[in-house]
Amino acid sequence: MSLRIGVITFPGTQDDQDALRAVALVGAEPVALWHRDPDLHQVDAVVLPGGFSYGDYLRAGAIARFSPVMESVIAGAREGLPVLGICNGFQVLCESHLLPGALIRNGGLLFVNRDEKLRVESATTQWTGDYTAGQEIVIPIKNGEGRYTADPRTLDELEAEGRIVVRYLDNPNGSARDIAGIANPAGNVVGLMPHPEHAVEELTGPYPGPATDGLPFFTSILKQLVAA
Amino acid sequence: MPAQNEKPKYSVDTVETAAGTPGVEQPYEALGVKPDEYARILEILGRRPTSSELAMYSVMWSEHCSYKSSKVHLKQFGDKAPEVDFLLVGPGENAGVVDVGGDLAVTFKIESHNHPSYVEPYQGAATGVGGIVRDILTMGARPIAVMDPLRFGAADAPDTHRVLPGVVRGIGGYGNSLGLPNIGGEVVFDSCYAGNPLVNALAVGVMKKSEIKLAQAHGPGNKVVLFGARTGGDGIGGASVLASATFDDGKPSKRPSVQVGDPFMEKVLIECCLEIFAEDLVVGIQDLGAAGLSCATTELAAAGTGGMDVQLDLAPLRDATLVPEEILMSESQERMMAVVTPAKVSRFFELCEKWDVTATVIGTVTDTGRLRMTWHGETIVDVDPKTLAHQGPVYQRPYHRPAWQDELQAAVPDSLSRPKTGEELRETVLRMLASPNLADKGWVIEQYDHRVRGNTVLAHGEDSGMLRLDAESNLGIALATDGNGRYTKLDPYTGAQLALAEAYRNVAATGAKPLAVTDCLNFGSPEDPEVMWQFAEATRGLADACLVLGTPVTGGNVSFYNQTNNVPIHPTPIVGVLGVIDDVNRRTRLAFADEGDILLLLGETRDEFGGSEWAHVVHGHLGGLPPKVDLERERLLAEILIAGSRDGMLSAAHDLSDGGLIQAVVESALRGGLGARVVLPEELDPFVALFSESAGRAVVAVPRSEELRFTDMCRFRGLPVARIGVVDGDAVEVQGQFSIPLDELRRAHTGTFPALFG
Repeated sequence: MSLRIGVITFPGTQDDQDALRAVALVGAEPVALWHRDPDLHQVDAVVLPGGFSYGDYLRAGAIARFSPVMESVIAGAREGLPVLGICNGFQVLCESHLLPGALIRNGGLLFVNRDEKLRVESATTQWTGDYTAGQEIVIPIKNGEGRYTADPRTLDELEAEGRIVVRYLDNPNGSARDIAGIANPAGNVVGLMPHPEHAVEELTGPYPGPATDGLPFFTSILKQLVAA
Repeated sequence: MPAQNEKPKYSVDTVETAAGTPGVEQPYEALGVKPDEYARILEILGRRPTSSELAMYSVMWSEHCSYKSSKVHLKQFGDKAPEVDFLLVGPGENAGVVDVGGDLAVTFKIESHNHPSYVEPYQGAATGVGGIVRDILTMGARPIAVMDPLRFGAADAPDTHRVLPGVVRGIGGYGNSLGLPNIGGEVVFDSCYAGNPLVNALAVGVMKKSEIKLAQAHGPGNKVVLFGARTGGDGIGGASVLASATFDDGKPSKRPSVQVGDPFMEKVLIECCLEIFAEDLVVGIQDLGAAGLSCATTELAAAGTGGMDVQLDLAPLRDATLVPEEILMSESQERMMAVVTPAKVSRFFELCEKWDVTATVIGTVTDTGRLRMTWHGETIVDVDPKTLAHQGPVYQRPYHRPAWQDELQAAVPDSLSRPKTGEELRETVLRMLASPNLADKGWVIEQYDHRVRGNTVLAHGEDSGMLRLDAESNLGIALATDGNGRYTKLDPYTGAQLALAEAYRNVAATGAKPLAVTDCLNFGSPEDPEVMWQFAEATRGLADACLVLGTPVTGGNVSFYNQTNNVPIHPTPIVGVLGVIDDVNRRTRLAFADEGDILLLLGETRDEFGGSEWAHVVHGHLGGLPPKVDLERERLLAEILIAGSRDGMLSAAHDLSDGGLIQAVVESALRGGLGARVVLPEELDPFVALFSESAGRAVVAVPRSEELRFTDMCRFRGLPVARIGVVDGDAVEVQGQFSIPLDELRRAHTGTFPALFG
């Protein structure tokens, strides 16, 4: 039986179709999960995709964390369920306290959509095993509230514990310590602002490329799950 | 279903009262209704209208909704339409629908939101996106992309700095939140648009051919459901006040008339509607756009069995104090109206509940031929809906060629001082490249999401936007919009044809076959006979050109009254062309891809600088005639570009238009990060060769191995082709004239927008 990876749709989610496609491209079975349904339908991992859940009207991700599906995701994540939060999904993970810190309005105040150079800092999380530490990759960002922030002690902890997963080479939004993505201590929960699901096909990925640097996020979890 | 709204203290003007008080004076002129139009209403009804009926006639017979000044000219798009077998729905519905092959159909349309975007840039532009997307959704399609052709006043004018950033944020803020990729458009500056920016919005959607929906209320006894956002006081009179009034100094602010958008509501409404369509739960559907409930009820009723009873007090309100006249005119966003058989109502409501969408049955389809509305039991509207929807006034507005037209055309650019030396040409290249209309638009397009949904093959910076429709077959579509107000001012007939020719060429340059057209016709006041002449000439030119190129107009929009203090904008028809490509992997980019590839110039270059970007930037000059149009040549060029793409002969292709050959070469070089060595044809003056805007041209790069096959094809088909250089190095060099490193070109190209708006 193939591995099942769930992708949650909240009202206002935008990149769910892209995440489902990325899951299918690496050979896993994509499973659409609905925000009102607490049943995770026996998925082996969960992706929280990008978008503007519930319109992001209170604070990005602030309402989504209280949805029935998130209760199950939070409980599962604490017991080791692999969870990847992308963009709005990262914001939801921070609001859910599965990851520390918060995402605030970009330094330039504007929404920014561009291909961003990143460095993979940790290849030991469940979602980054197919990268090598120090590897430079290109993955798009597109957000208005992508500036990572946390108190200095938290930032020091993240550094010391190797939980900074990806960094910007050319910080686009004023994120603390160039942080683009982080992990929980166990490495099963990863959140990042860049969109690996938009860098999985030569036809539609970053131009002039490399176009498919996002794929290893999805192949990594697959290998991890097969090995487990 | 919510309880009935509490009845406000309000003296209702019923049909009975109206019949009994024929002499009452009504404020019809304040609502934009002319005395003869009012007389016509009295004649139709056989009594005076109730105030609710008057509100409905005023909005439905407004220029914006009735096309009363343009109708007689727009008729040509039907009369002269080319015979094609792919047009599934033509003009008149919410949007045209085109068969793109397999079981798929594509619907697309462009609309204007010019006046609201001047008054309130963010909300005006945002709701412009929202409105056109709902038109596409209403056809039964999933919206899959948007594009925004924009025109602003001079780039350095203070008001442009109020309008442009707001418009761009509004388009991004709304479109990004809908999860729709923005795949193209234009940003053009000209002082003629100061006070009258053009904010046009195009949307495209895809559906199965069998799933096309129409705005028709059939079947007596079927329920009329209003769903989506609640009705509020925003945008009351938006259509009839804003779209029909010009901006003269000293009039009170019209800010409250601009609608306020909620993209989250619209995103939810889209997904909800698509699930409703998938289960085939509606008989007919209409979005609420301009003229809100008035328009939706009358158009559904007029196109269906013919009658409808509506209990207006059941409409869910955001503001309980609204009176019927206001509810009927409100342009609150994110609302839809559906006609549903009684058996399917409960499932319809289940899906609305799933998406937390408010839905209310407010009426029933009847076979009475009357649209009747009640307010707490009293009849306030009783009309034949066809008189509102189809029998509005039609004007044969007088028009004549402006007295100044001859003088304008006589002011040819021949005597303008031209760069002669290599150094002067080099300077001109850099100056043009950095000028606002030709500069890199990264500052704007980085605020738009072009990636979402994962099917964007080409977007901003390419000749056309391209989307994959089907991941199995790799079938795709391409879209480009173009329009040149300066050309159209010099010669409206030719200018409109050039707009079509350029969009057509842009689609073909990416490898797609142009199929069909949507147009947004932006003009001054139709009451000015000179503007009306521009309109008559432009529509005639466009219709004639569509016939030659075999690309029918499937729908569009007219925006009049784009003028301030009696000074109209340049006539600006914006033309959108939809093309289809069998395999998106075969697309052609404009970037130079490989060193050593041969550069070929296709088409003929003439000394044509009337209305050119060079005359505009360097001399602030506008006069003479625009470039000549040869539509048969355009068709041949397109066929060659498509064949070159399909057979894998091209490594890059770029259409030549604003700024001429050198602009195109530099854009291809910068995008590919590869330079070029250019040898200009001997018979041409270097300045003319580099900057002329002759139409019907493109520059292509071909691998050496393909050069002969490609040039043989051109010669055999009779398309002029000239070898003009090679892709090479890290500079753009024009032999014997100048060389400019890519870094220097990039700095000039990308510095302008951040310096102006950053």
